[in-house]
Amino acid sequence: MSAAGVAESLLALSQQEELEDLPKDYPLSPSEDEEDIDGERKHQKLLEAISSLDGNNRWKLAERSEASLKVSEFNVTSEGSGEKLVLSDLLGPVKTSSSLAAVKKQLNRVKSKKTVELPLNKEEVERARTPLEQEVFNLLHKNKQPVTDPLLTPVEKASLKAMNLEEAKMRRAELQRARALQSYYEARARREKKIKSKKYRKVLKKGKAKKALKEFEKLQKENPTAALEELEKIEKARMMERMSLKHQNSGKWAKSKAIMAKYDLEARQAMQEQLARNKELTQKLQAASESEEEEGDVEEEGELLVPDAVNEIQMDADGPNPWMLRNHSSGTKEARIQDPEQLPEPVAHETPESEEEERPGAEEEILLNEFEERRSLRKKAELNQDTKPVSRQEPKDSSSQEVLSELRALSQKLNKENQSGKQKVSSARTVWVVQRKDPTEEEEEPLLLQRPERAQTVEDLEELGKEGCFQNKEVPRSVLEGQQLERNPNNHPGAPKEKKKKEQMIDLQNLLTMKSPSVKSLAVPMTIEELEDEEERDQKQMIKEAFAGDDVIRDFLKEKREAVEASKPKDVDLTLPGWGEWGGVGLKPSAKKRRRFLIKTPEGPPRKDKNLPNVIINEKRNVHAAAHQVRVLPYPFTHHQQFERTIQTPIGSTWNTQRAFQKLTMPKVVTKPGHIIKPIKAEDVGYRSSSRSDLSVVQRNPKQLTVRHKKQLKKNSID
Amino acid sequence: METVPKPSRDVPPKKNRLQAKKKKPRRYWEEETTLTAAGASPGPPGNKKRNRELRHQRPKNTNIPKKSRFSRKPQLPKKPRERRNPEPQRSLSGAQDPFPGPAPVPVEVAQKFCRIDKSKKLPHSKSKTRSRLEVAEAEEQEISIKAARSELLLAEEPGFLEGEDGEDTAKIRQVDIVEAVDIASAAKHFDLNLRQFGPYRLNYSRTGRHLAFGGRRGHVATLDWVTKRLMCEINVMEAVRDIRFLHSEALFAVAQNRWLHIYDNQGIELHCIRRCDRVTRLEFLPFHFLLATASETGFLTYLDVSVGKIVAALNARAGRLDVMTKNPYNAVIHLGHSNGTVSLWSPAMKEPLAKILCHRGGVRAVAVDSTGTYMATSGLDHQLKIFDLRGTFQPLSARTLPQGAGHLVFSQRGLLAAGMGDVVNIWAGQGKASLPSLEQPYLTHRLSGHVHGLHFCPFEDVLGVGHTGGITSMLVPGAAEPNFDGLESNPYRSQKQRQEWEVKALLEKVPAELICLDPRALAEVDVISLEQEKKERIERLGYDPEAKAPFQPKPKQKGRSSTASLVKRKRKVMDEEHRDKVRQSLEQQPQKQEKKAKPTRARPSALDRFLR
Repeated sequence: MSAAGVAESLLALSQQEELEDLPKDYPLSPSEDEEDIDGERKHQKLLEAISSLDGNNRWKLAERSEASLKVSEFNVTSEGSGEKLVLSDLLGPVKTSSSLAAVKKQLNRVKSKKTVELPLNKEEVERARTPLEQEVFNLLHKNKQPVTDPLLTPVEKASLKAMNLEEAKMRRAELQRARALQSYYEARARREKKIKSKKYRKVLKKGKAKKALKEFEKLQKENPTAALEELEKIEKARMMERMSLKHQNSGKWAKSKAIMAKYDLEARQAMQEQLARNKELTQKLQAASESEEEEGDVEEEGELLVPDAVNEIQMDADGPNPWMLRNHSSGTKEARIQDPEQLPEPVAHETPESEEEERPGAEEEILLNEFEERRSLRKKAELNQDTKPVSRQEPKDSSSQEVLSELRALSQKLNKENQSGKQKVSSARTVWVVQRKDPTEEEEEPLLLQRPERAQTVEDLEELGKEGCFQNKEVPRSVLEGQQLERNPNNHPGAPKEKKKKEQMIDLQNLLTMKSPSVKSLAVPMTIEELEDEEERDQKQMIKEAFAGDDVIRDFLKEKREAVEASKPKDVDLTLPGWGEWGGVGLKPSAKKRRRFLIKTPEGPPRKDKNLPNVIINEKRNVHAAAHQVRVLPYPFTHHQQFERTIQTPIGSTWNTQRAFQKLTMPKVVTKPGHIIKPIKAEDVGYRSSSRSDLSVVQRNPKQLTVRHKKQLKKNSID
Repeated sequence: METVPKPSRDVPPKKNRLQAKKKKPRRYWEEETTLTAAGASPGPPGNKKRNRELRHQRPKNTNIPKKSRFSRKPQLPKKPRERRNPEPQRSLSGAQDPFPGPAPVPVEVAQKFCRIDKSKKLPHSKSKTRSRLEVAEAEEQEISIKAARSELLLAEEPGFLEGEDGEDTAKIRQVDIVEAVDIASAAKHFDLNLRQFGPYRLNYSRTGRHLAFGGRRGHVATLDWVTKRLMCEINVMEAVRDIRFLHSEALFAVAQNRWLHIYDNQGIELHCIRRCDRVTRLEFLPFHFLLATASETGFLTYLDVSVGKIVAALNARAGRLDVMTKNPYNAVIHLGHSNGTVSLWSPAMKEPLAKILCHRGGVRAVAVDSTGTYMATSGLDHQLKIFDLRGTFQPLSARTLPQGAGHLVFSQRGLLAAGMGDVVNIWAGQGKASLPSLEQPYLTHRLSGHVHGLHFCPFEDVLGVGHTGGITSMLVPGAAEPNFDGLESNPYRSQKQRQEWEVKALLEKVPAELICLDPRALAEVDVISLEQEKKERIERLGYDPEAKAPFQPKPKQKGRSSTASLVKRKRKVMDEEHRDKVRQSLEQQPQKQEKKAKPTRARPSALDRFLR
C-alpha cells in the first residue's frame, strides 16, 4: 500500500509538472480534469507493464528478515529450504467424504432394519416343554425376572433406557439454544456496560425513571394493590438513595461545584438542585416495614430503579452467586415451572468479571433443572394423551413408573403371543430357507435358524444314524424341516450340490472360521462298500459329531478373548483410599482421584492374530531363545535391521558347499604351523626397511601385501 | 577354486588372436565376480545344443507307469561341465578352449539359495555400514552360485506316474505298478500277513533302510526291509500304542500300555521310562535328540535321549492326547484336540505357541509337510483341510470325504496320504513341496484291514501301511526325495559310518529351547532387550550418548561469522527440522483419524446384548 501511495504521489508530482508545462491557452475544464485522472491510471498501468517486462512482476513473498521468536506452522516461509512451499503440503487432506458416505450408508441400512424385533425373537426361545420348566417360567414371569438375559430385570432395563436418543437430542438442542441466548445477552450487557458516556448514562437513568413512573401510573389505574406494592418499592429505593449519602455536598463534584458556585450560574443552579434533592430525601421520615422485603423477584425488578452503585452490590449478592442460585432453583422449582419465561432472565444480568468462572456451571444447573421439569411435564401430557406402551419411563417419576411398568408387561405379553405365532411360521419357513439358500433371508434371521436346531438335536438323533454320509451340522435342521424331504431318494444324488450350499450356510451362521476357500464337490464316489463293523462305528461317530461342534466355536472365541485380555498390559492404580478425603468402609475414592492416579500403560503393538479369527497366537516372548539372540549392536551398525542383513546367510557346512563353508569360516590370519612368529618390530611396520625380517604371517588377501613384503617373502622362501 | 586345465579344442585363430590381445581384467578377489557376471548373461551358443542332446526324452504316453527311481538310467548331467579357465590358454597342441570362462549358472537356481531378504527396506546407513552390507551381499551371491553349481551332483530324478490321455492314475492298481517296474523295485512292494497281533503301527528309520512295527497285542519287530533281514522280534506282552526309531536304527522306543520302553536293535530292553506313562503317540525330533510323547493323561513330555533327561512336561489341558505330529521344519509339535483345535507346542513355552480352530468336531489326524508350509487335518466332521502354516493359519483347501480320514501323512516331496477305513488315498500336487490338490486322488489302494498306521519311507518311493491284517509296503512313484545326503542320512552306510555320524550329530545337537515357530527369528537381534539396555544406559549416564548433537554452525571468515548470521544459520536448521516434524505429524494425522474412526464403527450397539 505504501509503495502504491508513493507511486501515486510521484505521479501527482509529475502531473503537476506537466500541468505547468502545458500552454496556458489550454483551459482546464472539470471534464478534462476527469480525463486527466483517467490518463493517470493509464500511465500507471503502463508503468507497471514496463516494470513487468523484465519478469519481476511476481508477488514478493512476505519474507522474514529477522529472527522471530517462534515459528508457527501457519506462516512458514520457504526461506532457507530452497523448495517451494505448497499449501497442500502443510494442510493434509481434510478427511475425504468417501468414508462418511460409507458410514451414512451403514446408518441408513441400520435405520431401515427393524431393530425392535430382535429382543422379541429371544422370547420365543424360552418355550417350556416339561411341566417343571413351565412352572419355573411361570415363576419367573410372575416376578418379572429375566428369563434369557440373566443380567437385567425389566425394571433395570427400563431404567437403562430412561433416556432415548431423540429425547437426548432435543434436550441438547434446548440447552444449546439457551446457551446461545445467554451468550448473546451477556455480550450485549457487557457492551452496554462499557459505555463511558455520562450523557448516555444520564439519559438511560432518566428513561428508566420515566418508564418506571409511567408503569406505576398505569398500574395504579389497573391494579391498585400491585401499585401499592410498587410504591413501596419506590419508597425503598428512595431509602437506599438516602442511605447512600450521595446528595450531602460532600462528594468531589459537589465540592468543586461549591467553589465554582460563586462565579458560575450553572454551578450554582446545580448545587441548589442537589440541595433540594437532599432536602427532599431527608425530609420524609417514614418507617419501612422490613419484614416485607423479598429476596428474589422484588430485588430483581427493583434494581431497575436504583442507581448503579447499589445495583452492583445487589448483583453481587444475588444473581450470579452459585450457592444462592442452586438453593433458590431447587427450592422454587414448582414456582418456576409455572413461569417458564423467567428462565432467561438471570442470564441476561450483567456479571462481574470475578465471578465469571463460577457462573456457567450454576446456570447450566438451572437450565438442566428447567429442562428436566419440562420433560417430565411433557411425559405426563403424553401419558394422558395416549396410552401407547412405547413411551419410556422417567426414573424419577415414581407415580408414572407403575403405570408404565404395567403397560410394558402387557405389551410384552402381546409381543410374545405374536412371536409364538411367528415362530411357527418361521420354523416352517426355515425349511424352505435351507433349501433355497436365500442369503438375504438367512442374514435376517440367523437367530431363528439357529435356535430350533439346537433345541431339537437330541430328539433327532435316531434320524441321524439313518442319514448316512451326510454333513453333520445340517442334518438336524433338515430333519426338523421335513422328513419326507430327507427320505427322498432324490436327495442323495444331488448331495454334492446341496452340500456346497450348506457349507455356505455354516459360514453365515458362524461368522468366521469355517469358510473353506475351495470346497470341491465330490467328484468320484469312493469305491468302498462299508463293512458291517465299520457301519456301526460310523453310526457311533455320527452321534459323536452331533454332540460335538456347535459350541466349539463359541468356546474358542471365548478362549481367544480371554487370551487377548490376559496379554493386554494392565494399568497401574496408585490410588490410596482415604488419602485427602474421607475414608472407611463403603467409601470409594472419587473418580477424579482414581483417574488422576491411574497410570495407563501404553498399548502394545497389535496382536498377530488380530485379523485371524480362528487362531490364537501366543504373544509371550520365548525367554530361553532370546538368551541366544544378539542383544548388542556391533560397531558400524546403527540399526538392528542392517546387522540382521549381514547375518542372514548361514555359514555352517549343513547349508553350504564345502568350499563355501571353508571360505566363509576362514580365519583372518593364517599361520603356518612350525614357523616361529617373532614379535613385530619397528622395521616391519615402520619406515626403514631392514635387510632381513622373518614374515611367516601370511595375510588373508595376498593382493593386500605390499611389494616390499612380497619381496621379503620371496627372500624368505629362497632362504 | 582350483583351476583345472582342460583339454582344449580347435578354435578359429582369429578369435584366438582377439582373446590374446585382451588384457586380463583386474579382480580384487578371486574369479567369482566373473562367474556372477557370466551367470546373468545367457550361455554360449553351444550350450543349448548340448543340452538338448543330453536331455533324455520322457516317454510321454506310456500305459505303463514308470518309476525312474527304480528304473534308473545312466544319467548325464543337465548342464555342460564347468569351464573354470577364465583365460583361454593355449595348450601344447595349439588348441583352445571354445567355452572360455566359467560356465554360466541359471539365475533362478542360484536365487533358490539366497537367504537375504531384500524386500525389507533398510534405514539409511553410513558408508562404513554400507560397505559391510555390500560385502555380505557379495558373499551371499558367491555362495549361492557355488551351491547352484553343486546341484549338478543331484543326479537322481523323482519318479512319476502318468496315465494315458484321460486315464485316471487312481485307477492304476499296485499290481500294475509292480508289473511295470523293474525287479528290484518290485521287490519293495510286499505284504506281511500278521493277523494274529492286531493292528500295527510302523515307523521307518531316518535313512529309510529300517522298519520297525508294533502290533497292538504286543508284537514288536524291526527289520532291514530292503533285504528283509530281521533284526529283532519280540513280544512285549503288553499293548503297544506306538513305536518309533530314535536317532539311529540301533535304538527304538515303544509306547506300551503303562510306560515308555526303549529297546536296542537286538530287542534288549535298555530303559523303562516311568515318568512317561500311558503314552499314546511318539514323535522324535532328530536334530534336538528329543523324544516327544503324548499321553492319555494330557501331558506332552519331551525326553532328551542324548542325556536321558526330561526337558519339559507340558500340560495341554485338553484331555486325552492321541493326535500328534511334528513339524519337520521347525520341530514344533502339533497336537490335535477333541474340541477341533490344533495346538502348536515348543518345550520352551508352557503355553501353546498357537492354537488353530480347524474343525467343528474333534481332530482325528494331523500331518505337516517337510517344508513346514502346509498342515493337513482331518476331523470328525469328515472334512480334510489343508492349512497354510506361514503365519496366517488359514485353510487353503478343504474337502469332505465320505468317511473321515483317520490317519494322515505327508511324503518328502509333498504327497499327502490319508487312511480312511481300509482304503488309502494319496493326493499329489504339482512338483515338489506344492499344495496337494484334493480334487482327484493320485493313487488309491484297498487293504485287507483297517488302517492303523501310515508312514512314507524316506528316500524310497514306498508308503508303509500298518493295518489290522499286518503291514503293506505300497509303491508310490514320486513320493520321496531321490537324492540323499550321504553325510546326513545315508541308506547304505556302514556301521563305522553310522558311529561317526552319531558323534557328529551329537556335537551339533540343537538345544531344546531354540524351538520356536519361526526358526529364522534366531538370526534376528533381540530388539526388546536391546532397547532395554539402551534405556538403562541412558539412565545410568544421565544423557543419551547416541543422541544427535545440536547443530553448531561452523565459524566462517570475512565477517560472515557475526552473531546475527550464526543465529540465522542456526535458525534455518531448526526451522528445517521443525518443518520435517510438522510434515510428519501431518502425514500421521490421517492415520490417527482412521484409528479414531475405527472404534466408533466398532462401538457396540445397544442391540448387541441380544445377539447371544
